[in-house]
Amino acid sequence: MSESDAVAGRLVRPFALTGGRTRPSRACFTLIATVTAVDPPPERAPRPQPEQARILRRCARPVAVAELAALLDLPVSVVVIMLCDLLEAGLITVHPPHPVTDRTLDLDLLQKVRDGLGRL
Amino acid sequence: MAGSEASAAETPAAPDTVKILIAGGFGVGKTTMVGSVSEIVPLRTEEPLTMAGLGVDDLAGIERKKATTVALDFGRITINDRLVLYLFGTPGQQRFWFMWNDLAVGALGAVVLFDVRRPEASFAAVDFFERRGIPFVVGVNGFDGAHPYPPEEIRDSLALPEGVPVVLCDARERESSRDVLITLLDLLIASAVGGTGSA
Repeated sequence: MSESDAVAGRLVRPFALTGGRTRPSRACFTLIATVTAVDPPPERAPRPQPEQARILRRCARPVAVAELAALLDLPVSVVVIMLCDLLEAGLITVHPPHPVTDRTLDLDLLQKVRDGLGRL
Repeated sequence: MAGSEASAAETPAAPDTVKILIAGGFGVGKTTMVGSVSEIVPLRTEEPLTMAGLGVDDLAGIERKKATTVALDFGRITINDRLVLYLFGTPGQQRFWFMWNDLAVGALGAVVLFDVRRPEASFAAVDFFERRGIPFVVGVNGFDGAHPYPPEEIRDSLALPEGVPVVLCDARERESSRDVLITLLDLLIASAVGGTGSA
């Protein structure tokens, strides 16, 4: 495959994977939200498309959305749209990041992170 | 999540995740720092710029454009089996941060890396975190490990508020990068303790 084919592939392919959609239907798939494949998959679930199956294999164990995108070599925006479909099909669960706001700094959490860094 | 416990016996529980941003101008050592403390080789995800803000109808002609992507490099530090810290090296140009809408949202804090040879490259990052009230420390990444200027001088040149720590570091060194992160955590802990008045 020539360089220009590779370039075209990267731009065209993601849209094909999302059926032309560029916006996710849910906002829960942030960069460090973790997703996990439901095992076994629900019986009523539709058979996953090949790219969906790739995602499901990658998240047999919990994996962050950003990691998933990097491992699949796909833009985060595309992976998120596909994850929305998988969630709606009951094929994955999503675990939100630890909530952090400037008003609620969690001392226990911070101390754990600091201790973990100290062990590096 | 409460509704998703059915298969918990089979699948390990998802850990809580937190993130810290490593920011600063282009070529200041962000990915180097991520790589020196990460337990994995830094991962990269790229977002095609042409996708942002374009409706599907606007796709005609995209195939003729050069692939313009903005890269996001990140690493991971497993704190314990229930908690994972992600480090995101932010794109050098803040105007591209919109590609990852949630990049700064929910971050514990940030490290702004500073290169004494190109101080202006880090001004925008300092501005960004100051304006959003995101706690940060400044890591002065010495070229080849050399530190010709004392931290006070760098603080002045960035017009930093008193509470922002300035740490000399070498982003290539694991211990040095780790110590910058620990300085950030100490700042966060001090402000959490101060904020609740329990100290």
